[in-house]
Amino acid sequence: MDPDAHDRRPPRWPNVLLIIPFVALLWVPFYNSIEPSLWGVPFFYWYQFLWVPLTSLLIIAVHRLTAVPNGPPDGRDAGGRP
Amino acid sequence: MNWTALIVFTALFGLITVMGFVAAHWRRGDLTQLHEWGLAGRRLGTLITWFLLGGDVYTAYTFVAVPALVFGAGAIGFFALPYTIIVYPLVFLILPRMWAVAHKHNYITAADFVQGRYGNRWLALAVAVTGIVATMPYIALQLLGLQVVIGAMGVGTGGGLAGDVPLVIAFAILAAFTYTSGLRAPAMIAVVKDTLIYITVIALVIVVPLKVGGYAAIFNAVPPDKLLLTSPGANTLAQYSAYATLALGSAFALFLYPHTVTAVLSATGAGVIRRNAAYLPAYSFLLGLLALTGFMAIATGVANMPEFAEGFQQYKSNFAVPALILHSFPDWFAGVAFAAIGIGGLVPAAIMSIAASNLFTRNIYVRFINRDCTPAQETANAKIVSLVVKIGALIFIIFLPLQYAIQLQLLGGIWISQTIPAVIVGLYTRWLNPWALLVGWAAGLFVGTWMAGTTGFQSATFPLTLDGLTVPGYAALYALLLNFAVSIVLSPIFNLLQAARGTDETAPTDYRFGLNR
Repeated sequence: MDPDAHDRRPPRWPNVLLIIPFVALLWVPFYNSIEPSLWGVPFFYWYQFLWVPLTSLLIIAVHRLTAVPNGPPDGRDAGGRP
Repeated sequence: MNWTALIVFTALFGLITVMGFVAAHWRRGDLTQLHEWGLAGRRLGTLITWFLLGGDVYTAYTFVAVPALVFGAGAIGFFALPYTIIVYPLVFLILPRMWAVAHKHNYITAADFVQGRYGNRWLALAVAVTGIVATMPYIALQLLGLQVVIGAMGVGTGGGLAGDVPLVIAFAILAAFTYTSGLRAPAMIAVVKDTLIYITVIALVIVVPLKVGGYAAIFNAVPPDKLLLTSPGANTLAQYSAYATLALGSAFALFLYPHTVTAVLSATGAGVIRRNAAYLPAYSFLLGLLALTGFMAIATGVANMPEFAEGFQQYKSNFAVPALILHSFPDWFAGVAFAAIGIGGLVPAAIMSIAASNLFTRNIYVRFINRDCTPAQETANAKIVSLVVKIGALIFIIFLPLQYAIQLQLLGGIWISQTIPAVIVGLYTRWLNPWALLVGWAAGLFVGTWMAGTTGFQSATFPLTLDGLTVPGYAALYALLLNFAVSIVLSPIFNLLQAARGTDETAPTDYRFGLNR
């Protein structure tokens, strides 16, 4: 294992990006409308569906930005136990 | 009696019964250890955890109740979608910390963590009891899903106790394989269950629109007042605040439920949880589609068809999805769909009963009743308790009015939210005094229950009035605000009074987890 892995603390700022889905979904006036509808589906519905993949992609992005490439195995460094 | 559907249903049930018992030998471990029986040895990888958490969060009750709410109440019922989206950033940020500290100290429950962190067994007891009480009606409601689909196949619709025989058999099977295999059983069965659920929902969202003339026709059939949330008026925020607070409050409550904690702690690493936070939203998409089946039931007009009259009378809007399935599919596929819902109830019911018995054993039995118990006795006790919990749920659903279980589940969400300050804040800081947390918890429980009581326990939405403006919101969240306020104000006071702060057995480094990709 790379002995420096513990010292190279990953950046934590990308976590802030995870606020975006909260704002987008909890501020109801953004999307409580029929138009613009998509293939007959009111905006209210397709907008919220759209945030499923968007949130997924955001989490993947933050996971990559805050992870150490080739870092220690998951969690196993935490307590020094195998 | 729908024989074709019943045969397919029974065959699939037979399959998962065999799997449930075989699971004891999978990734073999010493099942007399509680972390082996109750957490599958903390060895579940990304894929199995995905199925397990999916099977856990999106339960049979969810699959029946969410479309039923959309069918009956319209757009407000759709809050399940934003709720199951915003929960994942929270899972991603918070739960790896819980996993890390639990792994380090062999914690099995959230109450174990509270005990270790605050050294206060009364606070840990409060967290444990809240978890058990909130979980019990949830297990009973899993049976409701099973009961509705068994009824939909024409079994035991004559009423009386004979109609409950299939339910009792299904539950006996569940109890037996949970007893022998522990968490390994639902983990393995979840794979089958989720595959069936995906097949069913994808079939529904393709077949029904073809029959009624596309999605535009479905939305056109929905009464306009159900299609959108009611907009704020001069002196009320109407459904806007209700929708947002229901989504946010439910998201926070979700991962305090003991069954979620159990599934999370059984993961093999913190990275498994982080990756799952990114991939689990696939289920949210599915749940959103399922919510839309409530509108499909409106568009097809199943509620007015004479063949479904009896079902709707007995199960109210909970019958919407079973009726839609019977109406849209050939009998054999209806059997597959009903098996999906039925098995969809057994998986979470198994995990919930394991979680409740872990809590009882670790935080009540060992801590207060039998302090000298050996690990093997501890596990034996947990296995017995898992049986007791399930029998309790069965008695509940057979002998008490269904409305009680639904109301208690609603209250359960409010109650479990009151453990957030102790558990979630505790993961980050020990600034709050454990006695202050206990008083805050009690205040939150009391006020939350009172708020639900003002609606006759019909709704979790409380119309809070501030300076002439009515803000309808999720009672759990309002109660939680009070809980936080009490805990924060009382902490310095209790510290001044020299109230015992207990000892913290955790170290800051215990919360660190590996961050590899």
